[in-house]
Amino acid sequence: MKQFSHFRVEKGQSGVVWLVMDYADGEANVLSSTVLEELKSLLAQIKTENPAGLAIRSGKPNGFIAGADVKEFTQIKNFEDAHRLVSRGQEVMNQIEALPFPTVAVIHGFCLGGGLELALACDYRIARDDPKTRIGFPEIKLGIHPGFGGSVRSIRLIGPLAAMNLMLTGRTLAAQQARKTGLVDYVVPQRLLLQAAERVLLQKPAERRAKVWVKVLNRQPLRSVAAFWMVKQVSREARKEHYPAPYALIDLWRKYGGDEKKFMAEEANSVAALSNHPSARNLVRVFLLQDLLKSAADKSKITPRHVHVIGAGVMGGDIAAWCAMQGFKVTVQDTYKAGLAKAKQRAHRLLQKRFRGNPYLVNEVMDRLIADDRGLGITKADVIIEAIFEDVDAKQALYRDLETKIKADALIATNTSSIRLETLAEAMQDPSRLVGLHFFNPVAKMPLVEVVRGEHTASEVAERALAFARHIDKLPVTVASSPGFLVNRVLMPYLVEAVDMLDEGIPKSVVDRAALDFGMPMGPIRLADTVGLDVCLFVADILSKDLGLKVPTRLRQMVHNGALGIKSGQGFYTYKNGKPVKEPKTPYSGDVSLVQSRLVKRLTDEAQACLNDHIVDNADLVDAGIIFGTGFAPFTGGPLHYLANKKAASTN
Amino acid sequence: MASSTRNPQSGRPVYIVDGSRSPFLKARSGPGPFKAADLAIEAARPLLLRQPFEPEAIDEVITGCITPAPDEVNIARVIALRLGLGHSVPAWTVQRNCASGMQAIDSAWRNIRYGYADLVLAGGVESMSHAPVLFSEKMVRWLSLWQSARSFQQRAVAIRKFRPALLAPVIGLLKGLTDPTVGLSMGQTAENLATRFNISREQMDAYSVESHKRLAHARDAGFLDEIEAIYDADGNVYEHDDGVRADSSVEALAKLRPVFDRHFGNITAGNSAQITDGTAWVLLASEPAIKKYKLSPIAQIVDSQWAALNPAEMGLGPVHAVVPMLTRHRLGPDRIDYWELNEAFAAQVLACVRAWRDPYYCKREFGLKKAFGDIPHERLNIDGGGISLGHPVGASGARIVLHLAKILNRKKAKMGVATICIGGGQGGAMLIENAAG
Repeated sequence: MKQFSHFRVEKGQSGVVWLVMDYADGEANVLSSTVLEELKSLLAQIKTENPAGLAIRSGKPNGFIAGADVKEFTQIKNFEDAHRLVSRGQEVMNQIEALPFPTVAVIHGFCLGGGLELALACDYRIARDDPKTRIGFPEIKLGIHPGFGGSVRSIRLIGPLAAMNLMLTGRTLAAQQARKTGLVDYVVPQRLLLQAAERVLLQKPAERRAKVWVKVLNRQPLRSVAAFWMVKQVSREARKEHYPAPYALIDLWRKYGGDEKKFMAEEANSVAALSNHPSARNLVRVFLLQDLLKSAADKSKITPRHVHVIGAGVMGGDIAAWCAMQGFKVTVQDTYKAGLAKAKQRAHRLLQKRFRGNPYLVNEVMDRLIADDRGLGITKADVIIEAIFEDVDAKQALYRDLETKIKADALIATNTSSIRLETLAEAMQDPSRLVGLHFFNPVAKMPLVEVVRGEHTASEVAERALAFARHIDKLPVTVASSPGFLVNRVLMPYLVEAVDMLDEGIPKSVVDRAALDFGMPMGPIRLADTVGLDVCLFVADILSKDLGLKVPTRLRQMVHNGALGIKSGQGFYTYKNGKPVKEPKTPYSGDVSLVQSRLVKRLTDEAQACLNDHIVDNADLVDAGIIFGTGFAPFTGGPLHYLANKKAASTN
Repeated sequence: MASSTRNPQSGRPVYIVDGSRSPFLKARSGPGPFKAADLAIEAARPLLLRQPFEPEAIDEVITGCITPAPDEVNIARVIALRLGLGHSVPAWTVQRNCASGMQAIDSAWRNIRYGYADLVLAGGVESMSHAPVLFSEKMVRWLSLWQSARSFQQRAVAIRKFRPALLAPVIGLLKGLTDPTVGLSMGQTAENLATRFNISREQMDAYSVESHKRLAHARDAGFLDEIEAIYDADGNVYEHDDGVRADSSVEALAKLRPVFDRHFGNITAGNSAQITDGTAWVLLASEPAIKKYKLSPIAQIVDSQWAALNPAEMGLGPVHAVVPMLTRHRLGPDRIDYWELNEAFAAQVLACVRAWRDPYYCKREFGLKKAFGDIPHERLNIDGGGISLGHPVGASGARIVLHLAKILNRKKAKMGVATICIGGGQGGAMLIENAAG
């Protein structure tokens, strides 16, 4: 047999053949063009040997197959390019499905997108019983939908409701969930995984099919009714002009769901069309920006075991919980014991949500998260993150004390959002040790961490901070130590503009609506309430000095009166149990599109200013930081990308 | 009493280098906020965190516990793993009823003394509020009948045999506090002692009030620094023993009804130890371990003694354990600076004191020519005890040893004895010496 670079073929027992995928050009298996070409000829070869069965597994420890090669998406110039790419995928999957002997996909770790489509083309699927196993169709997050026959086969296997839900939400399933929905046939522990695969191939148990009542939904007129309902659901989450993919997928199913052959052909057409839409191009860009952020860090620069977080407020507590969840021993220090107790409670809630149905994992993390009211962790920690209140003297005193106690190679980071690192480092014997690690609220949801390099910060320290951010699975962006760093600096003028608009008599609902219509995840007024008006005021005050930002008197007045946003129950909106109380609609006769363009302009202008001021190294990093730090409309590709596209459009 | 011929000087010296305990939380209605292993971990983690060595350096973990939850079998191992000691640190659970925590220290002491270990985490834990409620044996038999029923007929037979009375629960805690051979509850064995040593209800209640006052004072004076704040998953922090009543009075206690011998008895909930959840830990080290990690010992464990007696008078266990131990070292009670005698019942503590100074008792039981001697009230349980802070059965034995060491340090005193009575008719005692520099 000729040598292949991404696969190896192994002989199993009783005439079973194993096809082991081991992508040569990366850490995760992806279905790139060359991989698909190789697979195509391999399958043809294996077919001629007519084995008792074919088992496909991954030779990578991290997972089965992560999906298509997203980098190739950027080379798509037109419909034809895309169509060719998708069709070749479909062809290979069809080839697998048509093999005359039984086939099984043996899944561990991630099995996503094209990977799942490949698994679905097999007769059986076995998944490893392990919390790392994640199975799903994330294509929708890239502005497309499954294109290698995945929509056809998943609907066939588990029925339209479950399959469409998976494809429309892009969520991933754990092994047991996948078995319950019928996506996989067996969930087996590692010790029996290979045996199970061979036994299934030799014994050929009846293949799983969707239940009859589920299949009825796939017929007209029910299909149209269900599709109508799905559109309604989707429209609550995403607008068609921003995210056309879910609408296209529903439409595809509604029209062709009854005819598999046609469905398959139209699936390719639909994906080819979508991938040329700016939404998909920008979402692919955003996806690759993650890689850009990751590539700045070299994880080997630090090998942390113990993280010590000082300050058990919302930020400190949640940072501690997050680090514990990532596998580290964490001490969280505060003299205010009730605060520590609340931090543990929040951690417990988060974990119960994350590890639903697995109390062992919840306990394991909780056991690693230690409330430390005496600061016992200081001398033992490899990484120390200071997250106390924003007070220069308190922080300086703390660092002075820390410096005498900590391990010689411990990393000291501050989560300050607004105080200059140079000021904080002044008090230290060795100011080069201090680096900023600025997290965003809520920590468990916001992927970005700003790594702040002060004037004195040693480059080695900054590198270790970047590496640490990767160890805790965050996306780091290096920012200069300048007021507001990147994210808050861009956000604050926008929030101030929004508050100013209220003074002009524009209703807050109109202001928030305008931002939502643009594609922001939350309106600026709600965002201010969520962040906390006191925090906003504090940051705005600091920025006002350096950026000439005028702090709205209304904001100061509200903070003075104790209206701090969600946490106090009263901000711009009134909150009950953390949810805003509904208010009657205020009529507004002005130009809403003007409101929107004013808001967006403040964001994009400040983003441009950050680039000019070299807060980060390049425009892509500005976009990445703002998208992952604020949730800025991802389908635009980021504020600067949006600005550039707009300029290009107007000059055309 | 063959053990009294043993040479107490053999073996290596063993030191207590540190210790911690949880606040003792009174069982109120239903299961408390912590299961046994949770409690143990909460108190032991800060203890480990402040050591200069990594947790993996510990040679073994020994835990006293009487009733771990069904999912806490060999709870010591559960605790060791959850503390992050790693896979390769062995752990075992010991059970000597009310002295389980002291047994853990004794076992650790022996292993270090004879060179099998250098660094041992030993302690005890009990979550009495989580004691199981069980099906009766009759109900279990019915359940197995039901489960083996295959046909409709068999099931019908099983259903006909069902009686609601079968569902009456068995309270595990009450079973555990009843002597299985003589059928007396622990309270009834204390009633025996009250009668035998002529201890009045007033004397018991007065002793109990003093226990509460002493604990309240110790707390206010900051003498209970071995307590670690513990945190549950629901946002609560627990910092203090919550059974203490500084405002307790003889008048108030006089109103309580006897609970064990109804109507005519003298033992009430007010002059008995409380049902409580708690844990206590000590870290024991050999001299080489102390040198290696630059630890500072707080006390040396000099000797340990177990004794047994009539289960119906189990409360006198301390009398029987202490006499041979101190005799072996040629120490009279006047040479002991401080005593921790676990307070199971006020009557039982008072009975022990009286037995020691009773020449007839000492002659008949130990062949002494005169009474063993007086234990002055000012040197006995000076910071309160089980009556005021509770008696989580697996933990108390470890708590009194740890607290005695703290008292010796605080008072700059030399010798101390911690001793405890054991349901089933036994007693345990430990002789320790101040080692703080």
